[in-house]
Formats: sequence, C-alpha cells, structure tokens
Amino acid sequence: MNTLKRLLFAATFLLLSLSASYAQDAGALVDALAQGSFAERGAAIANLVGSGSPAAVPVLQALSDGNLYVRMADNKVFIVRDDGDNFKLLDPTTGADAGGADKGGFDKIKVNNALREQISNAKGGLTLLSGDAKTRKDALLNILKSGDASALPALEKAIGTEKDPAILALMKSAAAAATLKSDRPESEKLAAIETLGKISDRDTVSLLSAYADTVDGVLKAHAQDAADRIATSLSSWAVVQNIWYGLSLASVLLLAAIGLAITFGVMGVINMAHGEMVMLGAYTTYVTQLLFKAYVPSLAGYSLIAAIPAAFAVSGLMGIAIERGIIRFLYGRPLETLLATWGVSLILQQGVRSIFGPTNKDVTTPSWMSGSIDLNGGLSLTMNRIAILIFACVVFAALMVLMKRSSIGLQMRAVTQNRPMANAMGIRSSRVDALTFGLGSGIAGLAGVALSQIDNVSPNLGQNYIIDSFLVVVFGGVGNLWGTLAGALTLGIANKFLEPFAGAVLAKIFILIAVILFIQKKPRGLFALKGRWVDA
Amino acid sequence: MITKSLMPLIGKAGAIFLAMLLLVCLAVPSLNLIVPISSPLHLPDYAVTLLGKYMCYALLALSVDLVWGFCGILSLGHGAFFALGGYAMGMYMMRQIGSRGSYGNAELPDFMVFLNWKSLPWYWHGFESFPFALAMVALVPGLLALVFGWFAFRSRVTGVYLSIITQAMTYALLLAFFRNDMGFGGNNGLTDFKDILGYSVQAAGTRAVLFMLSCLALGVCFVLARMIVNSKFGRVVISIRDAESRVRFLGYRVENYKLFIFVASAIMAGVAGALYVPQVGIINPSEFSPANSIEAVIWTAFGGRGTLWGAALGAIVVNAAKSWFTGVLPNAWLYALGALFVGVTLFMPKGLAGAFAGWTSVKRNQPEDVSAMEPAE
Repeated sequence: MNTLKRLLFAATFLLLSLSASYAQDAGALVDALAQGSFAERGAAIANLVGSGSPAAVPVLQALSDGNLYVRMADNKVFIVRDDGDNFKLLDPTTGADAGGADKGGFDKIKVNNALREQISNAKGGLTLLSGDAKTRKDALLNILKSGDASALPALEKAIGTEKDPAILALMKSAAAAATLKSDRPESEKLAAIETLGKISDRDTVSLLSAYADTVDGVLKAHAQDAADRIATSLSSWAVVQNIWYGLSLASVLLLAAIGLAITFGVMGVINMAHGEMVMLGAYTTYVTQLLFKAYVPSLAGYSLIAAIPAAFAVSGLMGIAIERGIIRFLYGRPLETLLATWGVSLILQQGVRSIFGPTNKDVTTPSWMSGSIDLNGGLSLTMNRIAILIFACVVFAALMVLMKRSSIGLQMRAVTQNRPMANAMGIRSSRVDALTFGLGSGIAGLAGVALSQIDNVSPNLGQNYIIDSFLVVVFGGVGNLWGTLAGALTLGIANKFLEPFAGAVLAKIFILIAVILFIQKKPRGLFALKGRWVDA
Repeated sequence: MITKSLMPLIGKAGAIFLAMLLLVCLAVPSLNLIVPISSPLHLPDYAVTLLGKYMCYALLALSVDLVWGFCGILSLGHGAFFALGGYAMGMYMMRQIGSRGSYGNAELPDFMVFLNWKSLPWYWHGFESFPFALAMVALVPGLLALVFGWFAFRSRVTGVYLSIITQAMTYALLLAFFRNDMGFGGNNGLTDFKDILGYSVQAAGTRAVLFMLSCLALGVCFVLARMIVNSKFGRVVISIRDAESRVRFLGYRVENYKLFIFVASAIMAGVAGALYVPQVGIINPSEFSPANSIEAVIWTAFGGRGTLWGAALGAIVVNAAKSWFTGVLPNAWLYALGALFVGVTLFMPKGLAGAFAGWTSVKRNQPEDVSAMEPAE
C-alpha cells in the first residue's frame, strides 16, 4: 500500500515536472521559488530542475549562496550582487543586468538544510546535461560513489541524449547505482547489480557490499556475489598495478643510475655530484620553459622537447668541467675523488639555491603529456609516467648502440676492461675519461628532464635519488649496462611489491638491507666484469 | 717516568696535542666558573657547550681516522655509530625525566604517552640504570659494527663498494629511526632532558664536567688508538691499508684485523655520541643522515689522516669555522665546505698535520712519524 502511494507520488511528480517544462516558461518557474513554505519551495525547485532550463544552475547556486531575492512589489525574483548601499540586479533567466535598486524593497529567499541538500543533488543532475564532457563526467563519478537515488530521473533523461560512448557507459553505471537505492522493482535492481558487477573498482565493491547488508533474499545474494567477484578481480589487478608502479620507479632509477654506472665502470670513481647533474637537468628544463614562455609562447608546449638536448649539454659540459678541473688530478685515488665530488655537489646545490632560491620551481606538464589511460580495475596509467618509461627505454637503447657500435664506445669499453692495455693500443685514456664523464653527466641531465615532470624541482632533487642510484649500480655490477637495467628493474619492482605490506619507509629499509646482504654474496654486483686482477 | 715510556708511543706531535688538550680541559671550565662574569676573560655558558660539542666531533673524527687513515676503510657511516651511542645515552636521560614530563607519566616518556602506548617496549628496559646505559653506549655501536663488518670484510667488500654500503647502512637507520613505531621518538627524537645522575643538565657545573669528560675521553681514546697502531697488530693493519692482497698472501687473516679496528672505532664513535647528547640536549634521526658521516670524513682529511691528532684538530677547526660562517655569512657556509672538500683532496692530501710536519721537517730535515707517511688508499 505504502509503496503504491510512493510510486504514485513519484509518477505524479515526474508528470508534473515534465508538464511543467512544457507549460511554463523559466521565468515563472523561478518566480515560484519565492512563494510558500519550505516544502512548497522544494517542489518549486524540483519543477525548475525538471524543466531542464539552462537558467536552473545559476539560480540554484544563487539560492544556496543566499543571493536570490524577491522584489516585494511584484514578487519578481532576482539574483543580486551586494553593491554597498544598493543591490545590483541580474535577471535570473538570462543573467542580463537588470539595473540597481534600493535594498529596502527586497526580501531574501530562505533555504533550510533539507533544501540545500536537494539543491546540491539537483545540481548534480543538471550538470549531467552540461555541454562540457568533463563536468558531466565529474557529476557522474559523484553519483556513482554516493548512489544518490534522487538523481535517477535526471540520469535517465541524460542517457537518452548522451552521444559520447564512454560517458554513456558511465551514465548507465551511475543509473544502476542510483537504481539500487531507489524504489524501482526488483527486476530492475537485479539488472542494476548486473551492470555494476562489470565495473571493477573499490568504490563499487563497497557500494555493493553495503547494499547487500541492507536487503535480503535474491538481491542480497546477487549483490554479495557481484561484490566478491569484483574484489577477486581487483586483487589480481593489484599485482598488475604493482608491476606498473615498479616499472615506473625502475625507469626513473635507470635514468638516474645509468650515467653513474658508466663513469664508475670506466673510471672506477664514484661521482657524488651525480645527483646534482640530475638537478641541473631539471633546472635547465625549468629555464627552457621560461625562455619559451617569454619568446615563443605559441610553442610553449614543446619546451620539454627542447629541454632534452639543452639539459644534456648543460650537465654534460659541467661533467667535463669537473673531470678536467678536479677528477683527473685524483687519478688512482677513488676514495678522494668521492670526497672531492661531494664537495662539488655541495657547491652546486648552494649555487642553485642562490640563483633560483630554495623553493620548489614549477615545471608545467605539457598538455600532450598530461592525462591518463584508465584501464579496467581502477588502474590508471598516467601519461607522464608512460612517457618517462618510453624515454628511459630510448635512452638505454641509444646508449647501448653508442657503446657497441661507435668508436668512442669501443674505446670506453676497452678502458673499462684494461686501462694500461688500452693505453698501449694507442687509446688516449684521458680523452676517454673526459668524454665518459661528460656522457654520464649528460645522461643524468636527461634524467633531470624526466624527473622535473614527476618530482619537485628543488636544489635537493638530486639528493633524493643519489643513494638509490648507487645501490642500483652496486647491485647491477659495474661496466655492464645490462646489469644496471637488471638492478633498476629488480629494485624498482621489489620496492613497489613490498610497499603495500610494509609501508613505503619500511620497504625502502628492507631493500637497503637486502642490497647490503647481496653485496656480501656478490661483492662485484650481479653482472661482475670478469678479469684477471687481484686488487681493483 | 710514565711520560718517558709514553713518549715513543704517542710521538712528539701527540704529546703537544695531549698537552694542549689538558690545557683546554682545565682552562675552559675555570674561565667559565671561576672568572667573574664582569671580567672580559669570562667564558659564557654557551661557549662551554659549543666547545664540548667540538670535542665530541673531534673524537668522532679520531675514530674515522683510525679506520680510514690506518686501515684504508673509508666508512661513510660512522655517523650511525655516533648517533646510536647518542640514542643510548638519550634513552637513559629520558628515563630520568620520570613524572616530570608534560604528561606526568612516571613510566613512559612523553612521546609514548602521546602515541597512546601502554607499556614500555622491551628494549627500553634497563635504561633507567646508568651503568647499563653506559654499557649499551659501547655495546650497540660495537655490535652493529661487528655484524656489519663481519659480513662485509669476510666477503672482501672493499674500496668504494664498502663506502657505498656503509652509507646505505646509515641511510637505512635514518629511515628506520624516523618511524614512530620504532619507539625512539620518531621525527622529534629524544629531548627535554632534565638531569644526568641527578645533576641538572642545564647547570653550568654539569656542563663544565661534561666538557672535561669529553676532553678526557678524547685524550684516552687518542692514547688507546696510538697504542693500537703502534703495536705489532697495528703494523699489520697499516700494511693492510697499503697492500691488502700481499698481507693476505703472507698468511694473515685480513678480515679479523679489519674487524677489530672497525669495532674499536665504532665504539669510540659511540662514546663521542653519548657525550654529545647531554651537551646539546637532543638526539634525533637527522644525526644518521649520510651527509653528517661524510662531513666527519672531511674533518679527518682536512686535519690530516693517519695522524689521529690531526683528525681531532681538523674536526675542531672545521666546526669552529662552521659556527663562525653560519653566524656571519650563513649562505656562504656550504660554498666554503664544498671548497674545503675539493681543496683538501687536491692540494692538501696530508691535511693540516702534513703542513705542520712540513715545517718541522724543513727545520730538521727528517720525517717525524712512520705512520704519518704516505697513507695510500
């Protein structure tokens, strides 16, 4: 009986709102807001919403903000701006300026909390018809999460007109979520559960299992079943997600560590200023962006492309300068090189801090690199991470070709394997040293370009990656680029698989301990260079 | 008589160093406590604490020199041993606060009450006793060095590899101590100390005693270190520094020698940390930061490694410069420190001690000390 009454009420309500949209013009609908009790005002809001009038959103916004007033003389409603002594009037249906007036002749249209909630829900429904795809999508996600039954009529209306297939699918899911909480018959609800069962994300699981707790019988069984199914598929997606995050971290580690591996391999020195080369690359990206904005604003989106050679050049030249200025005098004293380059890193950090200030610099992500690819299972691959992964692969491949196919690469490998013999064969090892250092630093600069997209560009940028890079190199073994690749992949993926169980900090500690223990087993890394030496 | 038998052990430079140390050890507290405030010679309280801090750093540098200058092990993780010694002392002083903390809990330190812990974790038990805490000051860093060194030296991890994994060790500890769940006060560390052995840590008298103890520890460790390196054992250690493989081929168990030196050095660093904490009044995880450890190495290099007294002197000079710079030209300090790293390695491979030795050898035309010669990698 009761259900019947409510159904009847809903039907009349729907009919009323439909007829209202045809019979009355928007102005009259808006004026109706000023009349009667709160309950009648609620009905008037529903009418206005049902009319689908474009005026509804600003009017409702004004109403909930307390900017909607009625002129007492003729009961006309206006949106007002408080202009000091007077009100500036705006026509509610067109938004046009309707002159000014004295405050005295106006009365504020009051709302209570129930009405505010109705307004906010109704606005959600109205934005479904908005011309902007992103606004529609946001509104849908909101409904999907809350499963708000009052949005159902608006949703069904919007489904009829929606053209975008992605949004249409989302709308159907949202309508299903809303159906569960509405008074629709069981068959419709079962269909809704079916629809929802195809979405795999955590919100849907909680929506469905919460729903299963409130009902009995077939519905409960179906809802619980669907929730369980999604949860199972989610947990297998979590593995995929971990691998993806791991790959993403590995690509960053690879970029940061590979330059270090080359210099360490060829020269046997640890460059503690390597992190600062990364930092310089990131700042070069920032400066390039500023220059593009200032001189060629039309191409600002492509400043990142220009930053790649620029960062390579800046960091590479700085690397050559360090090698020529400091490191070549410390040949054969690797530990002292370590200290001297640490000093260089302090100077570079402070230098950048003096020039650019200690605060983070904002490097904008170009539009072609922002956004993400959403996969089923709530996994979204952000474009910038994908770009960095591809970039890391390209850099690695290019370096591989350089090392294996070019004459300088051949010389580098020769010096890595046996420096005195390479000298005897006529290779100028000092020139190779300088070029190697420049190359390693230049690649660090490239890492800086990549990191500027995902991390804060600050003077401490390099410090955050240097220890991880060392571990990658030490783990992978020197003088072998494949070792570095294996090290970066292992550490990156292991880190991300440990994180869900142990938390980010503990995961990192585990990795550090694991590497320390690993070094005991293989003191020269995973891919140790074979050679006939006793003391390195 | 004792001085006669000690002379060959500590050397002429070492004797001068010890004499200076004794002078400072007596002069600083008297200038602070006995000379009236109105006198221009009066030393303010903060200066005593500051100098005490330098003495602790000097001991840390001495411990770094023992492993680096004499055994060729460049440890970039000695700050970890220093900090662990400091935490052991800090834990004792936390327990001494008792019910005087902000929450008035006699059993639990403030941060544990704040984290809603109900009882003291097992590893905090015993720290209410001073002798126990003192034992831990030596045991905890010593044990860590023993385990770490045993693994590292046994599998012949040397050179830059060893430097990197010591750095990884202190970095791992840094991250671990930042965690609140560890029960060491997380980010904030241990602070708000009230007293040590019943004496207020704020009192000028306590500070003077702590300063003198720091000088004493430095002096004793200096003599001990000289005894180690001048013994037959020490000669083997020095040969390991210069040609590890040859020593191994001669039949010595290189890893055991290295392990002993490493552990002894770690304990000295722990003692330095334990003296440091009551003077500065706080210990927090930032003491574990790799930058601190590497800075201690540059004090040693600047003072002159392989001399022990040079390392201590280097720590004092560099830290005095740091105090001066951060007061007068705060932005220039990192430039100066960076330039020091580069300059010392390029132009002063023997450090300050080398410069002094240069003056004396010009006069007398002979090297002064065998162990100060040519510390190779």
